[in-house]
Amino acid sequence: MERIYADRKYIIIGFFLLIGLLFLVRLFYVQILVDKYILSANNNVLRYVTQYPARGLVFDRNGKLLVYNEAAYDLVVIPQQVKNPDTMALCRLIGIEKTEFISRLQKARNYSPYRPSIFESQITRDSYGFLEEKLFLFPGFFVQSRTLRKYTYPVAAHTFGYIGEAGPEMIAKNPYYRSGDYIGISGIEKSYEEILRGKKGMKIRVFDVMNRDKGSFRDGRYDTTSVAGIDLYSSLDADLQQYGELLMTNKKGSIVAIEPQTGEILCIVSSPSYDPNLLAGNIRKKNYTRLLADSVYVPLFNRALMAMYPPGSTFKLVDALVGQQEGVLSPDTRYGCPGGFPLGNGKKVGCHPHPSPTDLMGAIQISCNTYFCRVFKSIIDNKSYLSTRQAFESWRKEVMSLGLGKKLGIDIPGELNGNIPTPGYYDRYHGKNRWRSMTIISLGIGQGEIGITPMQLANMAAVISNRGWFYTPHVIKAIGKSDSMNVAYNTKRHTLVDPKYYDIVIEGMANVITGGTGVIAKIDSITMGGKTGTAQNPHGKNHSIFIAFAPVQNTKIAVSVVVENAGYGATWAAPIASLMIEKYLNRTIKRKDLEERMINGNLINGKQPESERGQGNILPD
Amino acid sequence: MREDKGIFYRIDWVVVGLYLALVFIGWLNIYAAVYNETHNHIVDFTQKYGKQMIFIIAAMLLAMGILIIDSRFFSQFAWFIYGFFLFMLVVVIFSGREVAGSKGWFAIAGFGIQPAEFAKMATALVLAKYLSTLDVSIAKLRSLAISSAIILVPAVIVFLQHDTGSAIVFLALVIVLYRAGLTGFIPLAFIVLPVLGILALLLPKLILVAILLLVAGGFYFFSNRKLRTTLLIIAISLGTIGFVFSVDYSVNHILEPHQRNRIHVLLGQDVDLKGAGYNVNQSLIAIGSGGAFGKGFLQGTQTKYNFVPEQSTDFIFCTIGEEWGFLGSSVLVILYVGLFVRLILMAERQRSRFSRFYGYGVASILFFHFTINIGMTLGLMPVIGIPLPYISYGGSSLWAFTVLLFIFIRQDSYRYDLV
Ligand SMILES: [Zn+2]
Repeated sequence: MERIYADRKYIIIGFFLLIGLLFLVRLFYVQILVDKYILSANNNVLRYVTQYPARGLVFDRNGKLLVYNEAAYDLVVIPQQVKNPDTMALCRLIGIEKTEFISRLQKARNYSPYRPSIFESQITRDSYGFLEEKLFLFPGFFVQSRTLRKYTYPVAAHTFGYIGEAGPEMIAKNPYYRSGDYIGISGIEKSYEEILRGKKGMKIRVFDVMNRDKGSFRDGRYDTTSVAGIDLYSSLDADLQQYGELLMTNKKGSIVAIEPQTGEILCIVSSPSYDPNLLAGNIRKKNYTRLLADSVYVPLFNRALMAMYPPGSTFKLVDALVGQQEGVLSPDTRYGCPGGFPLGNGKKVGCHPHPSPTDLMGAIQISCNTYFCRVFKSIIDNKSYLSTRQAFESWRKEVMSLGLGKKLGIDIPGELNGNIPTPGYYDRYHGKNRWRSMTIISLGIGQGEIGITPMQLANMAAVISNRGWFYTPHVIKAIGKSDSMNVAYNTKRHTLVDPKYYDIVIEGMANVITGGTGVIAKIDSITMGGKTGTAQNPHGKNHSIFIAFAPVQNTKIAVSVVVENAGYGATWAAPIASLMIEKYLNRTIKRKDLEERMINGNLINGKQPESERGQGNILPD
Repeated sequence: MREDKGIFYRIDWVVVGLYLALVFIGWLNIYAAVYNETHNHIVDFTQKYGKQMIFIIAAMLLAMGILIIDSRFFSQFAWFIYGFFLFMLVVVIFSGREVAGSKGWFAIAGFGIQPAEFAKMATALVLAKYLSTLDVSIAKLRSLAISSAIILVPAVIVFLQHDTGSAIVFLALVIVLYRAGLTGFIPLAFIVLPVLGILALLLPKLILVAILLLVAGGFYFFSNRKLRTTLLIIAISLGTIGFVFSVDYSVNHILEPHQRNRIHVLLGQDVDLKGAGYNVNQSLIAIGSGGAFGKGFLQGTQTKYNFVPEQSTDFIFCTIGEEWGFLGSSVLVILYVGLFVRLILMAERQRSRFSRFYGYGVASILFFHFTINIGMTLGLMPVIGIPLPYISYGGSSLWAFTVLLFIFIRQDSYRYDLV
């Protein structure tokens, strides 16, 4: 009888309970203990679609649009979702080789199998329409709309800078950026990146197993909207910038113009330059390589901020200011000029023929080398200091207070310090304290180890016209609204030279134009102060330098011009500076002959390719 | 005695309640599994949940029909029913419709009927009938042979229809034989051999053999060391070692590649989640992402967007796991185990041996489906496509399981009258 087996029901029930318990334990493990399944579930159905806001626009000081955006589309891939793609078909659609396809996919996979990577950037609107229709055939691929930077005028490339995809270091450093995000790489695109970029938004979309969009996740509860970038109001004058670049055609050098009373930069010309549109969009890499390889014109080099020149005779203005401040010079101080300043070893610093002796104003007017060598010597040999070194250090401090030898702190990246030599430098060169005023006398006429950038030269002109103070030069005067001030740049910086010592210098500079070395720059309707300079260049012909400001009273513009390998300051730099002032103050040029001569002057012995200069067109890829 | 109180007084409402709960949970989750915004009305007969509602109503009618049939009918006509469904199983091979690679379907009035589902019920009936015969004792070799034949004949026919899953289910009836007095070695072998098989594939052969020899040595040490016992231990040791090698050989040399893949997936040795492991991986993702309390009714993303295959039939448990979480899944597991235990307790209170063995048959078949199906969705069992009783979509299986259960409820309600 099976009655005797009745106890077996306990074994059977026990077995049922055991299996039930096994399932409960397994469920507990799968549903509660581990969270990888939740992550996988989200990766299955959720797509995080980044909403890229439009980047902020840039306007010039007169409200002209300089930088704007144009719609573009990126093909994006999530490698984990790519399933047996019809590689050849996709390659044909976007026009790449199969090997390229494989390497791009691998690159994306290396970045992240789950996060979207840009597969092909900035697809034209036409191929976008075509691609979108076929996209369902390629799971894991989708299209994201983006914007492309465009420039109204093909100028000021160095100032604007460019944007590109954020690199791996940046992504590691700043969690805001993801692969494929754009970031300002140079110029104001870099320095104002956080303002221009706005704030990305994120839309979470639900996709089914066929990679079809099934709408927003939980009615968009977790979506974030993007915030558009903020517009920038630049202090640049688009007309002046264009005109400056035109004048510098086929010349190496730079023009910087500043409004002295505000520190607003009116133009920054670095020549040779390039069309900024060349570095926008997917043609950027190709063009960048090409521009970088151009060793003749070096168009990517921003001379205005990164080239250092000996200031030549323009530095005599600094001698005049510091000499007075140090009490070794007065407007009445007179020195004779026997055709040069004897160096004591039979050699001399030469001077050109002129009436002698001169007072301070006359010395500035005719730019007497002898006079300023004596001024410099008397500053360094000043008996009120215990040593040459101390006197030199005091000189250096005052010179640097004029904004020389140290970064000004302008709002464009890449600015260099320039160089005002330190006592340590001469110690190393001549032995500790074994140098005297006569050893370093060439500093007095702005030659030797001294190095000043065109930006610093222009700022120096502004400092003089302001009689001893300046605002840090800046290219963006307002953020967001045209009347909002950029607070970072409205603190006055005072020099260590008393304002009263500037009058005689300004008067001398005015005389330079009316009857001195800079008469060529004279404009009948405009009062102007200026100073020529010639920077000795061991590698070739001297650099032509001119600084100026105008009008003398209530100054509106201070300008520096450097033309490399152009000889004397008066030959090229002074006329160009004069034309810039006329353009800015009168908006028209009367001296057409001079203008034409300047524009057509070719000092490079060649012609920069049209393809670099551009006409506001994007080159076909 | 209580005849006048009527049938509905005497039926076991606990088991009927469990049945109704499962059927309702099933319908709700089929609705969730196939739910989409354009078809969301609960009576939409173009959708699976609409059809399932018809199936459920039909099942209820079937159940009521069974409850009013004379309780002696099933015992008396057991062999006839068995014969009928064996015949149908053979007929369906030649004239049936092929669904998902299996030929075992009839199309009747637009609905698919799978005789194999009903054959389980018929086999349980005949097995109970045979075991309740007076001179039958499972201890006799003849009785064991006939019992085995009763189980194996339909199993083999179903196997020939390429419906391996359903064929295996018949083996669940070994629990009935065990209750009838079959030596415990055989059901134990049913559990031990698969475990040994898995170990054979996971562990190096030499280590496994060493372990087996150690275990055998232990048995010998603690045994009475009579010759018969010693020989038995030696025989079993050699048998298991032979089994270990044959499993390894057959998996690597006899099985088809896709079958081999399934086994590797189960053992966690296959990382190709887009290939053979896809179903189980997606199933685990759906269940695992449910968390403690689930994503809520109709909020499951994995099932809703079709990442889970066969989500209204074999993988219906994924929908429950995803939308109702650990809480809902546990409740379901507990309901099932409660049903099985209740059925065993009911079987034990039968005065008729036929009713008792049939009750065990019902519990065994349901339990086996439950174990294979949920074990599969949880990645504990190989992917064998058999439905989850009362939950999975499909009229054929729902009706067969309803008939299976209600015959027993009918027997139970007259347990005082049957001997
Ligand atoms: Zn002189």
